[in-house]
Amino acid sequence: MTELRAEGLVVRAADATLLDITSIRLQAGELVAILGPNGAGKTTLLRALLGMNKTAAGTAEIDGRDISNFSASERARSVSYLPQQRPLAWPNTVFDVVSLGRFAHGATLGRLSAKDAEAVETAIVSCDLQHLARREVDTLSGGELARVHLARAFATRAPLLIADEPLAELDPRHQWRIAELLKSFVADGGGALAVLHEVAIASRVADRLIWMKSGEIVAEGTPVETLSAERLQEVYGVRGTVTSTERGLDVRIEGVS
Amino acid sequence: MTRSSAVSNAASGRALLVGLTLAGIVAIIAACSLGTTPLGLGRLLDGLAMRGAQGDQIVVWDIRLPRTLTAYVVGAALGMSGAALQGLLRNPLAEPGVLGVTSSASLFATFALYYGLTVSSPFLLPIFAITGALAATGLLALAAVRISSVVTLILLGVGLSSFSAAAMSLLLNLAPNPFSLSDMINWMLGSVANRSFEDLKLGAPFLFLGMAVLMSHRRGLSALTLGEEAASAAGLDLRRQRIAVVLGAGLATGASVALAGAIGFVGIVSPHIVRRWVNHDPARSLLPSALLAGLFLVVADIGVRLLPTSSELKLGVVAALLGAPVFIWIAARRRVSP
Repeated sequence: MTELRAEGLVVRAADATLLDITSIRLQAGELVAILGPNGAGKTTLLRALLGMNKTAAGTAEIDGRDISNFSASERARSVSYLPQQRPLAWPNTVFDVVSLGRFAHGATLGRLSAKDAEAVETAIVSCDLQHLARREVDTLSGGELARVHLARAFATRAPLLIADEPLAELDPRHQWRIAELLKSFVADGGGALAVLHEVAIASRVADRLIWMKSGEIVAEGTPVETLSAERLQEVYGVRGTVTSTERGLDVRIEGVS
Repeated sequence: MTRSSAVSNAASGRALLVGLTLAGIVAIIAACSLGTTPLGLGRLLDGLAMRGAQGDQIVVWDIRLPRTLTAYVVGAALGMSGAALQGLLRNPLAEPGVLGVTSSASLFATFALYYGLTVSSPFLLPIFAITGALAATGLLALAAVRISSVVTLILLGVGLSSFSAAAMSLLLNLAPNPFSLSDMINWMLGSVANRSFEDLKLGAPFLFLGMAVLMSHRRGLSALTLGEEAASAAGLDLRRQRIAVVLGAGLATGASVALAGAIGFVGIVSPHIVRRWVNHDPARSLLPSALLAGLFLVVADIGVRLLPTSSELKLGVVAALLGAPVFIWIAARRRVSP
């Protein structure tokens, strides 16, 4: 059972402290959402967990092994990462972009091994991209592209997944589709950590919420434990109501407080 | 369905490689037979086999074959360097000539020649040219880490080119050895006239080494499609990839400049044509780009020799006449993006 664990991570830039957290962990079988306003240090935290940001203090480990001791491909096989910016330089086919998820396994585009091809095809099917597999990515809609990137991450078959705002710029239906794909990844035994701005969706799909503000974690727990009108006020500075219903929490945000 | 698409891609890639190789061979044979003294296939084969008229043997072995092979390997090196730099910088406009790599190499090469350094060892010529090319590629790769704007990077290349040209004029004024304007033009515009197998032997090892470095690191170029952050997260060692492409393109371009001077725009045309055949995968574009660019320069050199001009046109002029419009066309068609 793969576990990502970090203690006392501190990231500084010039004089400013961008990140200062005591501890965070992510286990297989759980979907954890990071919530917080712009500039709260969410992306910095993700990058620090992956060893892609220089840290002033603290450790990040996967199964007890420090992340800085992983080679790029070892790390990729343990945890896949969807950054916030997801540029695609060339109009490759959907199949080829998803195949890049097998890069850390030594795959070469156009000459996939049977095992790589199987992983790519499974990922394509799970993200409902079969009919688009031969299309060039510059002809896709934003929602389709989001599924391509997720399929690429799934194709790696890493036990953990870290995603930075995977629902950004999507319509409500696609936001839910991506959220459900994350949920199914976790149901299949994966562990996912995602930065989300969609509080209502996070409250329905996440097992745990991590609330961040000014580089620190201000609260952590299940949606029922940590999501409240006061919390929305404290973290985002917005007025809202949170009511408990049979289907889960009902979140309304009504304006700037 | 998805599997069959992957298979058909591999097949079209193979067909492209076979076709380009055959076309290259045909062009090389044509280049050896065409010229002021046309040689029929029989005389050409006799000449190649060191039989027949002595004049034919000299024309084939001392003039046409070395010249043609030089054009081919120089084209191949520039084509592959262009494709690799485009993959690294994720930009279809990147090319050794446009980025100032060839002019920087030719500046260093002229320096070695006209300050008499090549007297001590002829190997200093390719070494200096390669040093110049490496300085330029290294500078560009360093700058690319900081500058994400491709336009800025191209401007940097323009600056490098202009600087090299100015420094070249300075050399012309200061050089202790007689330095003729036509020599300088040879270096700045590029030519394969009067190349011998001795010249080829000097530059080719470096050129092939550079191409081998690029080929062995081509897989990482596919991953860079995703951008540097995602590519690195997907398992690419970014630092190593950058160093390999800088080194490979520097060696190949530097050696090609030592052989033929600064020939621009070759590295932009062939990757552009090849790309659609290989599903826009930079890794798969390296080899066909090299084969197509080699073919292109051999054909251009046939043109140079056959055109009835009073003095022979420079190969680099023909390459630029054909390549620069393609560059402008690609640049104008690009949607505005960083």
